[in-house]
Amino acid sequence: MKADGLAGAAADRPPITHALASLRGAPWLAAAVALAVLPYVPGLDGNFGRSLLSQMGIAAVFALSYNLLLGQTGLLSFGHAVYFGLGAYASIHLMRAIDGGLPIPMPLVPLAGAAAGLCFGMLFGAVTVRRAGVVFALISLGIGELVFAAMRILQSFSGGEEGITANRGLGPHPFGFTFGPQIQVYYVIAFWAMVSALLLAAFLRTPVGRMCNAVRDNPERAAFVGYDPVRVRFVAFSVAAMFAGLAGGLHALNYEIVAAEAVGAGRSGAVLLMVYIGGVQHFFGAVLGAVVITWLQASLSDYTGAWQLYVGLFFIAMVLFAPGGLSGLLLVHRGIVRSRAFWAVLGAYAIAAVPFTLAACGAIALLEINYRRATQPDAGATVRLLGRNLDTSTPWPWLAALALLVIGALLLRPSLARVKRAWTEASEQAKSPAAPRPAR
Amino acid sequence: MLEIVTFSLLNGVVYGLLLFMVSSGLTLIFSLMGVLNFAHASMFMLGAYFSYQIGRWIGFWPALVIAPLVVAAIGALIERYGLRHVHRQGHVAEILFTFGLAYVIVECVVMIWGRNPIENRVPAAIDFPAFWIFGTSYPAYKVLMMAISVGMFAFLYFAFRRTRLGLVIRAALTHPEMVAALGHDVPRIFVLVFAIGSALAALAGVIGGFALLTEPNMAAALGPIVFVVIVVGGLGSIGGAFLASMLIGIVQTFAVALDYSLLDLFSAMHVTLASDSPFHELAAVKLAQAAPMIPYLLLVVMLILRPRGLLGTREA
Repeated sequence: MKADGLAGAAADRPPITHALASLRGAPWLAAAVALAVLPYVPGLDGNFGRSLLSQMGIAAVFALSYNLLLGQTGLLSFGHAVYFGLGAYASIHLMRAIDGGLPIPMPLVPLAGAAAGLCFGMLFGAVTVRRAGVVFALISLGIGELVFAAMRILQSFSGGEEGITANRGLGPHPFGFTFGPQIQVYYVIAFWAMVSALLLAAFLRTPVGRMCNAVRDNPERAAFVGYDPVRVRFVAFSVAAMFAGLAGGLHALNYEIVAAEAVGAGRSGAVLLMVYIGGVQHFFGAVLGAVVITWLQASLSDYTGAWQLYVGLFFIAMVLFAPGGLSGLLLVHRGIVRSRAFWAVLGAYAIAAVPFTLAACGAIALLEINYRRATQPDAGATVRLLGRNLDTSTPWPWLAALALLVIGALLLRPSLARVKRAWTEASEQAKSPAAPRPAR
Repeated sequence: MLEIVTFSLLNGVVYGLLLFMVSSGLTLIFSLMGVLNFAHASMFMLGAYFSYQIGRWIGFWPALVIAPLVVAAIGALIERYGLRHVHRQGHVAEILFTFGLAYVIVECVVMIWGRNPIENRVPAAIDFPAFWIFGTSYPAYKVLMMAISVGMFAFLYFAFRRTRLGLVIRAALTHPEMVAALGHDVPRIFVLVFAIGSALAALAGVIGGFALLTEPNMAAALGPIVFVVIVVGGLGSIGGAFLASMLIGIVQTFAVALDYSLLDLFSAMHVTLASDSPFHELAAVKLAQAAPMIPYLLLVVMLILRPRGLLGTREA
């Protein structure tokens, strides 16, 4: 982990191979085994489960690339989908060429996405990384809108809103794999996700990866040490764009269709939500966020049209109360997990969960009733909620939901105080001077 | 031709003034608090929806006043009970907070008014031709839009330049610590400016709501353009925001009216482009089709040639 060790070894070998060798093997091996086994776990072994896993893999690569920008280099981008989408377009065009007889096996298609992402990343990066912070955020937004508008105009390249399609089942079939069935596509995605994660983790351990953090924390000092912050940002931006393009290539392979929305602001916003909710301070936070948000998207959208509202509220709650994200919330427990009072903390959590669930149920019921009545006015006053039909023309469902919300909120206060007390005790027992403060 | 030019110019000025109403609040908030408010265009949208609703209850004229005031109150609450708590965590957290807020506001609007555009018609009180030129009538509501925005700026300019409160706000823009040391409540000024900015955006929403389409997507459609305006004009510069608003408003309106493409230009210059050339489609794009790209092209060109914007004092 020490920077001086890296600098000495960099003389004979490329830094990235040295960094790859320095990664600890066990967690990565475990991740690889998990990726291999997951599509056969009961519940995930159906078509839905496997396509969900594939989506999670794509989102994870995209989120990891975004975390290199936001988490590691401190560049808040609102247009990262540009490189995802352009990579997806490059890949789908390559797939069409393969459909037309070009002898390249389909699993190599995402490399075209990576190449396109890298090229466009270098092109736009040259103009945009001169300043970090707010200005970079604004420019990235503008470039995102520019590319989106361009994709809607250039119909023959992009297919506009309808998109263009290809068939992943054609082309050479190495070892008899056709890449038609979802399971085979899943393994292609899992392979590339693993490769991307390894390379990105290794990149962060190279000298330039370390300088990304330095430039994020204090660009002036980085400049005084002799590293041009603009060049470091440019490298980080290009690498991030390359992996976003790779994720786009996986997207093209998985869906066999790419439309203008692939470069759109919605996708750029979604990856920001994923990475922030997962937590920007830890490498695996982006993966966690990608998995959680993709799962929410897939499962919530079946039950409610308002799922974006819940994701938005969740995001605001994270910004307000847990800036470290989900991974940050998990990792603050590392300090106290061995203390005896840890069980008391878990107990306090369990108690606090009751009023929280009450309040959440009340709030969700109110939101759902409102939402259904506003978006489906023709469906009448009867709203089906949790398997029961509620007649919302009477005041009772509204009052019951409101009562749940109020009672839950009133009980939440004392139970949170209890959590805080348990935390204080546990962190005192852990006796570590660096014991993290309680997460509220 | 003169007819097209006149009408495009008039419409461009109306659109530019509308853009300026939204972007002036944004740039005011940005220069005072350093917050890039992603929920600002949502305030514009709320203005349009509230005025529609209030207009249905008690009529258009009261709605014109009440809707911006309600939105100002919402803006004040957002600053006081949301942004102020995120402030400690730095600007990125503030941006992210307003970004999340924009998501939530859109969904709340959908929850109340539905996902489809609402029938926000021009109120009967102002739905008559104001004057006739070239045998075509020019609607009164556009004249009213112009009058309201110009009147608003005259009022604000006076309030900023001639009142004590305006003096304190202007001082807090550049020297917040000094203003606080002199005994002024700077956090309260933050709330006030946030409320004023939100009200301006909402007022633009009230008069722009029936000129544009009132739908849940309107914030996402206008937001990026407003950001372009404040960057092109120069971050924190109100005068720059005005120039950039007018520039974008007029250029975009003209682009929509002009049904020409590069191919037409080439053929006027007696140059022919082979129809199987890869550039043929690019050159065949009509200016009207490319109009949505113009603000963003302007942004990129501006950042390359003059990073601090038209009238900005600091380098972007």
